[in-house]
Amino acid sequence: MSVLVNKDSHVIFQGITGKAGGFHAEQCMEYGTQVVAGVTPGKGGQKFLDRVPVYDTVKETVEQEGANVSCIFVPPPFAADGIMEAIDAGIELIICITEGIPVKDMAIVKKKLLASNARLIGPNCPGVITPGECKIGIMPGYIHQPGKVGIVSRSGTLTYEAVWQITSAGHGQSTCIGIGGDPINGTSHTDAVKLFNEDPDTEAIIMIGEIGGSAEEEAAAYIKDYVDKPVAAFIAGTTAPPGRRMGHAGAIVSGSSGSAEGKIAALKDAGIAVAETPSHMAEALFSVYKK
Amino acid sequence: MDIHEYQAKQLLADFGVPVPAGTPVQSADEFDTALAKLPDGAVVVKSQIHAGGRGKGTFTDGFKGGVKVTGSKEEAKEIAGKMLGNTLVTHQTGEAGRQVNTVYFTECSDIAKEYYLAILMDRETSGPVIIASTEGGVDIEEVAEKTPEKIVTIKVDPAIGIQFYQMREIAFALGLSTKDQLKQMGKLLGGLYKLFWDKDCNMVEINPLVTTPDGDIVALDAKVNFDSNALYRHSDILALRDLTEEDPKEVEASKFDLNYVALDGNIACMVNGAGLAMATMDIINHFGGSPANFLDVGGGATEENVTAAFEIILSDSNVEGILVNIFGGIMKCDIIARGVIAAAKTVNLSVPLVVRLEGTNVEAGKALLNDSGLAITAADSLADAAQKIVKLVAESK
Repeated sequence: MSVLVNKDSHVIFQGITGKAGGFHAEQCMEYGTQVVAGVTPGKGGQKFLDRVPVYDTVKETVEQEGANVSCIFVPPPFAADGIMEAIDAGIELIICITEGIPVKDMAIVKKKLLASNARLIGPNCPGVITPGECKIGIMPGYIHQPGKVGIVSRSGTLTYEAVWQITSAGHGQSTCIGIGGDPINGTSHTDAVKLFNEDPDTEAIIMIGEIGGSAEEEAAAYIKDYVDKPVAAFIAGTTAPPGRRMGHAGAIVSGSSGSAEGKIAALKDAGIAVAETPSHMAEALFSVYKK
Repeated sequence: MDIHEYQAKQLLADFGVPVPAGTPVQSADEFDTALAKLPDGAVVVKSQIHAGGRGKGTFTDGFKGGVKVTGSKEEAKEIAGKMLGNTLVTHQTGEAGRQVNTVYFTECSDIAKEYYLAILMDRETSGPVIIASTEGGVDIEEVAEKTPEKIVTIKVDPAIGIQFYQMREIAFALGLSTKDQLKQMGKLLGGLYKLFWDKDCNMVEINPLVTTPDGDIVALDAKVNFDSNALYRHSDILALRDLTEEDPKEVEASKFDLNYVALDGNIACMVNGAGLAMATMDIINHFGGSPANFLDVGGGATEENVTAAFEIILSDSNVEGILVNIFGGIMKCDIIARGVIAAAKTVNLSVPLVVRLEGTNVEAGKALLNDSGLAITAADSLADAAQKIVKLVAESK
């Protein structure tokens, strides 16, 4: 068991004929992910790597190949359009890797998303991996191994850091979810924590957050009330100056809201083991998760 | 992206929001022509910098106040002469302050009452919200904390835009309820929302919005911030960017698609991924060091970008050591290694360099660094890397 993706996921790549889309589609296939098709408007009928059919529309991949998950590598000006196409085609899980989508476009996407049955992960995220079964995104596969720790994070490389610490300690991951660094995203920390909480094969959770917004505080409140599984957390940005955007569009302390201190206080109040440095995420988890 | 008040007010005017008459000047030669466009009598002289708190600011030569109400055009010229080219320090600029390259002359409006009005993209509700208050001209965060009941918040559906009932709700909440005021507020809010939406703003803020004794509603100040991700579709807005307001290193970095933020410390860092870059700053600080910058080289960086990144962090004269921390996903470790080697050779590296690589092509990356003949200290983990660079910098003093 795992959450969101597994060996039965029928995955398509929107933007499979692009440089990044193609590179990562191939990497995911090598990992064992069932990539059933690609989509690039105008290139329908071609084959990717001589074996994966390319279609003009997402709808065709659902009808012809039974696609139920899409990974999006479409450039920012067209990415929102790509997400909405996937929603209307009936794709159940949409994972958008694209960084730099205008926030206004995402406000419209979110509206449409809430009125549909689709789930969106991202945008501006590394993707989702269930180790040993299915990798959809840009994370290096070899650092993961199958196990019982669920990881959710706004940051890609910081997730790899946590994964590597867990793997190096001889443990593994159930599923890792990168929810992305944008101010408006499809799946929140709380949504991901709920999934892990309900998954019988996830025994412990690491939640990685950063400055900006209040998603970590909301997740802390949820964990306090509903989660009995051990949870560790790390918040990046203690040293970030207020009012400055730190790379991620959503990573900004504005006025009194979104500070690392406020988030850490909320997490500690919820009984979560907060790692003092990014090198101590596994250590923090194993202080509350004895196995 | 931020713009100046005079640019923001021009945009407001373009979208039908009433603003006081005003003209910007960049040199003393333009004072007479600019002032001739304004009615006789009192003139407000406003320093144009991208920072708040101008009115309470002090210039580095001791002259007080970046915003002054003057009684005549002659006095306005004298005050403007003192501001132009001078450096203004406010609670938002830091000690160094900002040089005033533009001064804005505006007509002086009589004020009956001040209000606060803003539209911003709200991450909690995933859409625009309008915030209004009867407490204008003061810090809205303070109002929100002390008297939250004086703030009205209206959520706008991004798919359908602002509706008339929402405009009326705001007008009534502010007590602007005469037939004429409702009409004025309708026009003003409609225009302001159109500006916010059409130009991809993160925020438009009018503080204060005022009523005059004659009953007119006017925007006395304006602050507009745009979504940087959307600038590709607004060449007119991009043309308003003032590079003199930005750190030259940050401007250079943006040319190479690098996310760089200058800080006050002495240990430079180069990292891939924004979260890991922040965490790297945090861990340097945790082990007693002080980060000189935030730098995310991104997922798709090339050897050329990495070389540029290295040159930019080294152009900061405070830098006494460098920590490179790469966990390769999209970014391959051998590309980083090649960039680091190329840059270290080009700039004739003279400060300690600690490199920590992990992820895709890590072995190839480490081999390249080992064979480079450069004095590079390798590290196994992020904690190891941070401790090593803090120690090396301390020893080099």
